[in-house]
Amino acid sequence: MSTVAVPGKQRARFRMPELSPRQNLALTVAFIVAAALLPFLLDEGGRIMDNLVLGAAYVVMALGLNIIVGFAGLLDLGYVAFFAIGAYMMGYFGSGFWADAGNGEGVSLLVGEPAASLPGFHFNFLVIIVIAVIATTIAGMIIGLPTLRLRGDYIAIVTLAFGEIIGRIAINGDDLPVLGKVTAGRQGITPVDKIDLPFTDRFQSLNLRPWYWFALAMVVLVLFVNFRLRDSRLGRAWIALREDEVAASSMGVPLVRTKLLAYGTGAAFGGMSGAFLASYLNTVNADQFQFSFSIFILAMIILGGLGSIWGVVLGAIVLSAINNYVIPEVLNQKPKEWFNLDFELSQLSFGIFGFLLVIMMVLRPEGLLPERRRQMELEEGIGSDEAVYESRMS
Amino acid sequence: MSGGAVSVEERGEGGPPGTPVLEASAVTKQFGGLTAVNDVTFSIPERSIVSIIGPNGAGKTTFFNILTGLYKPTLGRVTFDGKDITGGRPDKIMKQGLARTFQNIRLFGTMSARENVMVGQHSRMKAGLFGSILHTPGVGREEKRAREKAAEELEYVGLKPNTHDQLAINLSYGDQRRVEIARALASDPKVLLLDEPTAGMNPQESDSLTAFMRRLRDERGVSILLIEHDMKVIMGVSEHITVLDHGEKIADGGPEEVRNNPQVIEAYLGKQAAEGH
Ligand SMILES: Nc1ncnc2c1ncn2[C@@H]1O[C@H](COP(=O)(O)OP(=O)(O)OP(=O)(O)O)[C@@H](O)[C@H]1O
Ligand SMILES: [Mg+2]
Repeated sequence: MSTVAVPGKQRARFRMPELSPRQNLALTVAFIVAAALLPFLLDEGGRIMDNLVLGAAYVVMALGLNIIVGFAGLLDLGYVAFFAIGAYMMGYFGSGFWADAGNGEGVSLLVGEPAASLPGFHFNFLVIIVIAVIATTIAGMIIGLPTLRLRGDYIAIVTLAFGEIIGRIAINGDDLPVLGKVTAGRQGITPVDKIDLPFTDRFQSLNLRPWYWFALAMVVLVLFVNFRLRDSRLGRAWIALREDEVAASSMGVPLVRTKLLAYGTGAAFGGMSGAFLASYLNTVNADQFQFSFSIFILAMIILGGLGSIWGVVLGAIVLSAINNYVIPEVLNQKPKEWFNLDFELSQLSFGIFGFLLVIMMVLRPEGLLPERRRQMELEEGIGSDEAVYESRMS
Repeated sequence: MSGGAVSVEERGEGGPPGTPVLEASAVTKQFGGLTAVNDVTFSIPERSIVSIIGPNGAGKTTFFNILTGLYKPTLGRVTFDGKDITGGRPDKIMKQGLARTFQNIRLFGTMSARENVMVGQHSRMKAGLFGSILHTPGVGREEKRAREKAAEELEYVGLKPNTHDQLAINLSYGDQRRVEIARALASDPKVLLLDEPTAGMNPQESDSLTAFMRRLRDERGVSILLIEHDMKVIMGVSEHITVLDHGEKIADGGPEEVRNNPQVIEAYLGKQAAEGH
């Protein structure tokens, strides 16, 4: 037992303070109110608003992935698959993609004009979100199944492959054997219906505030789910199996069920955010679903601190700001203005993320706002126990 | 089954009295070419304390791992409470009422003592995904009850209330052993398997653990299966002792009987006697 901390590793470091439930509620409310008021300071159709909408959608995905990787400790490198599946659900049920639907006259469900009279399926966005959540939850469990017998690195490889398979299907899906046309490949499904909620006007592409508020509502939901699950029977079971699967199962935690619940719940938020982004970006395009996107989301939670809910929020905000603002607007533009240089730094954006992560791993491997447990796991080697459990989990 | 029946008869009056709650018949476990447990038949009566002893590498822990479902036996059967649990899933076996501790403590280090014991109650709780998210009144009550029960168990094993919220990894060695027992007890097991619980304890701590095991049997009706190297503990507390050597059962009986068995003295006690104990 490593009851004695390794000397020299006890540097006093800032970490996420342990908040009482009341403090945490106060922080959450303050965060949400501030975030909700932010658009009033900004141009409603401007570049910054656009970045905020994207940032909020990424926060949703990062907090979803946090359930899988941060809470349950299952390294998932294929999260983009859930983005893709959610986005395609939006494409299928909120665009003209299935032109033959209803004998070419289209099928609509709880939507207003003009979508109601166009060809293809046109469902209300809230219905599509439910479809996307169900589809991604099932996909999450399917990807979970083959990884159940595996540990650590192997889980990463299987999930990576799954992400790649979905990405390949997206690219080549415009003409698949047997199935025919299931995606629009690199051309993309476009246009996609704008969100059309009951009691409000259809969302516009020139006024981004409603989009932002909707994304913020999803953030609130995923935050709520993260907090509730963290402090629940299931949350404890996730930590237990992350630290020691043998002890966890010997204490009555069913491994398969508990892991599948993590995969399914985490995936659901990827699907939800994916459906939203499809509508917001007005396209479902195979080029969006690349491996690098999985890394992008994973980098957010590593940067912020695995398992630390506020850390992940911070990590997602920082990385989406770097991706959407710092790289294209600052690094790309300023050198041109100042030195008359001409190069495209946005081509290097993943190089830049990689560089940031390496720096992070050296200076602060536990993340910006680490959770107490994770910090200890890193510093004292908890959870690296050898396994005596024979893999016979079928 | 006939093999098991014969060996029970063979034991005659040496066999443990009372209705058996856990029975292993002709259990064998091989790792590649190595036979870690060889054709061991064994039973634990209700409300009793029985032990397994044997030199290092005799196969004691492997036998535990078979009983609790971590290993599937190569041959043989395990029945618990009348049901066949051979090769069953560890969490299901735990849920049926067979709880254990580990030779090398396996607490969840970054969880508090209390949370560790709450994980032990997992199989007795119902809160599911949606109940936990919505925090329904039922889930709230269950959670509160689980916290209280965790505190009760920790006090039962002798942990002071001010240590309940300390992280497991920061507790003293003796307290860690106690928390592990509390975590196992939290599921109200019928049978408790303790793998060398006094390892690393001083004589006073060992004595109090011995007294604690009797209390557990008498107050809560738990049967205890003990693996131990400390002969004072073994002889003091066991109603029945089984001796393993090189994976085989070489003797079993009451403490006196085992102490005087020449094979045991040769295989196990003899070595210690030679070393001057
Ligand atoms: N998973 C495994 N794979 C291969 N061999 C194993 C495995 N587990 C145990 N063994 C071997 O089985 C034999 C019995 O080991 P076991 O741990 O059961 O002994 P033990 O009686 O508990 O010893 P100790 O008193 O030292 O705890 C040893 O030779 C050990 O090396
Ligand atoms: Mg052992």
